[in-house]
Amino acid sequence: MLSNIGIALVYLVLIFSFLIIYISSVDLKTSSQFIEKNIYKLSLFQITFTVLSFFTLIIGFVNSDFSLINVYENSHTAKPLFYKIAGTWGNHEGSLLLWVNILVIFSYLFLIFNHTHNKKFRLYTLIFQNILILGFLFFLLLNSNPFNSIYPIPLEGLGLNPILQDPALAIHPPLLYVGFVGCSIYFSAAMASLLSGYAGKLFAQSIKTWVKISWCFQTLGIIVGSIWAYYELGWGGFWFWDPVENASLLPWFAITALMHSLIVLEKRNTLYSWVIILCLSTFILSVTGTFLVRSGILNSVHTFASDPTRGIYILSFLSLMIFSALIIFFIKNKKETYNFNLKSRETFILANNWFMVFFLVTVLIGMLYPIFLDVLTNVKISVGPPFFNIVIIPLVVPFMFLMAIGPKFGWVKSQNKIFYKILFLILGAIIINLLIFYFFGKYSFLSNLIFIAAIFLILYSLLDLKKIFNNKKKFELPRIISHLSFGLLVFFIGINHQFSLEEDFNLKVGEIKKTNNYEINFKDMKVKENKNYKAIIGNFKLTDLKNDLAQYLNPEIRIYSNPETLTYEAAIRTKITSDLYLTMSNVSRSDYYNIKFQKKPFMIWIWISALMIALGGFMQLILKKNED
Amino acid sequence: MLTKKVKKRIIFLTFIFILSVFAVFFILNSLKKNILYFSSPTEIKQKEDIPFGKAMRVGGMVKKGSITINQKNIQFTVTDFENEILVSYSGTVPNLFAEGKGVVAEGKLSDKNFFIASRILAKHDENYMPPEIKEIIKKNAK
Repeated sequence: MLSNIGIALVYLVLIFSFLIIYISSVDLKTSSQFIEKNIYKLSLFQITFTVLSFFTLIIGFVNSDFSLINVYENSHTAKPLFYKIAGTWGNHEGSLLLWVNILVIFSYLFLIFNHTHNKKFRLYTLIFQNILILGFLFFLLLNSNPFNSIYPIPLEGLGLNPILQDPALAIHPPLLYVGFVGCSIYFSAAMASLLSGYAGKLFAQSIKTWVKISWCFQTLGIIVGSIWAYYELGWGGFWFWDPVENASLLPWFAITALMHSLIVLEKRNTLYSWVIILCLSTFILSVTGTFLVRSGILNSVHTFASDPTRGIYILSFLSLMIFSALIIFFIKNKKETYNFNLKSRETFILANNWFMVFFLVTVLIGMLYPIFLDVLTNVKISVGPPFFNIVIIPLVVPFMFLMAIGPKFGWVKSQNKIFYKILFLILGAIIINLLIFYFFGKYSFLSNLIFIAAIFLILYSLLDLKKIFNNKKKFELPRIISHLSFGLLVFFIGINHQFSLEEDFNLKVGEIKKTNNYEINFKDMKVKENKNYKAIIGNFKLTDLKNDLAQYLNPEIRIYSNPETLTYEAAIRTKITSDLYLTMSNVSRSDYYNIKFQKKPFMIWIWISALMIALGGFMQLILKKNED
Repeated sequence: MLTKKVKKRIIFLTFIFILSVFAVFFILNSLKKNILYFSSPTEIKQKEDIPFGKAMRVGGMVKKGSITINQKNIQFTVTDFENEILVSYSGTVPNLFAEGKGVVAEGKLSDKNFFIASRILAKHDENYMPPEIKEIIKKNAK
């Protein structure tokens, strides 16, 4: 029943997409200044049916309707309601439906909110967006239909992978999807801009808000994923240069570059071609990431079940996208003249873009090189985190310096009276760094540079912040917050990296382990039954030998029944100055438990500063609205 | 004679060119230094020029009944159903590390039968098997 409704709704969306493309192409030729009313109506129907189809699937999950294969494979009656709903997008088919939903929603919103812009440009955007929608709809119907039914109807479902049963991971996919799929709209807009000739300043204004929205959601989505990895995967870190993390970073670098160069296009009406390239590549990289992760080429928790036909479909669609984008770009692109002065804000923004491209290329090479080598020579390699650290971290130093002083330069050309200020602040940063170095411990030369650059950026941004409160130039506030938070993020990561304590050892119940500063006493263990899992809870007494302060930590081993899986829940004690992190696991039938103990300074501040970077983006969205 | 503007542009382009060459060289050079080769126990047995003391990865299945644990470390045997290698590891193992399941260990060879791991990777779903191992098992099953 539900299966039929769902499939019918998806077909309706498909039909409406065709209709929109057809009527839009007809409307392109009319001389009227306004878009035909019918197109609005059709789009409204399209968005209604898409959202309804998604709700149908949610209802299937909530009611545990196992006549749908997708529900049967990914849900279970004993699951809490929240995770039943989250299960809707916790699998390949459901998340693809979410993908289509976001494509449609952005298509509709772009149509109704950009009414001041050129008609041809809007129509072309709508056509391209609907071609994308069709592409993904066919993929959904041919190969990944979430509404496929199963007969006889099973009595019980197989359950959702327990490591996905987590609040952070329930909101992580929708956030990232809004971020990644949201890029589609300016992919379409860029193509439309090339075809309709609606370029320059006005084009920048039309996509500005959309770029910001997707940037905010991407940033937030990546952070939430990272927080989840920290407490759920039990590795005790927050970034691992895992291929999947890299896949999510690629579009982020592109979109961050885009967000900055878009300002140049808007204010100075130059860099148009570069902005177009970034618009196109952001979405292409998003799809590439999805392709690599979903096809099983990169292995991760995101590989739901690898199926080669999926990979082939996305790959063909991707090639088609890249190919048509390139053709249109080279046919339609016009020559631009650039007239840049070295001491101007646009030069600094260009520098930002170079850095972003450098980071992007580095991550791309590190990610793709093993794949190529495997295909070409059958030699299996992997690229370890040191590669990324060695290449990227030194570049962060000049990057942060430019990030601090760049926004201080005016457009076109400016006199720099800030030389002494820079000198003064660098001196300040060096002194603060020396104090940390002297009082807390030694670190390498590169770390010194990182700290100095980060402190410089922080000090500079703080001065900017003070200025804002004096002269009430509120529109600069979001930028300063994001830049300041980036400085803080690097600073806290640096501190965290330098001063972390990590101990791995094995203990039996009742045993005591002494490390440098802590005494860890494995006191006892108890078993607790929960709704969908059984928990073995360890009780550890942790004594700080410096001040004799004792506290208890309770890591868990959870045994989920459907599907049968073990997860290890870290016990994390968060304080303002540091996190205490303890995991316990049992690998064999022996009495020894495998313990990881970590003290990670300023962990909470890493999250706060990362979230503040995203917050800056959201503030910009809100503040801009009020100004208009 | 070149005009001032053209001259400026040439200098700029040369600068960019040198910078990008340098960047690419830097990236590739670091890449070369940080590649981890993956080998199966059989490959380690057969290869003559296996580098000892260089970081690499070994993968296979954790042999049933092979895990032993004491206060300092965990030892287990990795097998590809033809050859096996003993792995010693002091650290925490991931969620899905278990006997009879796939595993990838990162570390250094101490000799052809003994591997000291610094990291264990088995962080996937319950049905997961590293693709390298899938291939090996397929090969051995023939």
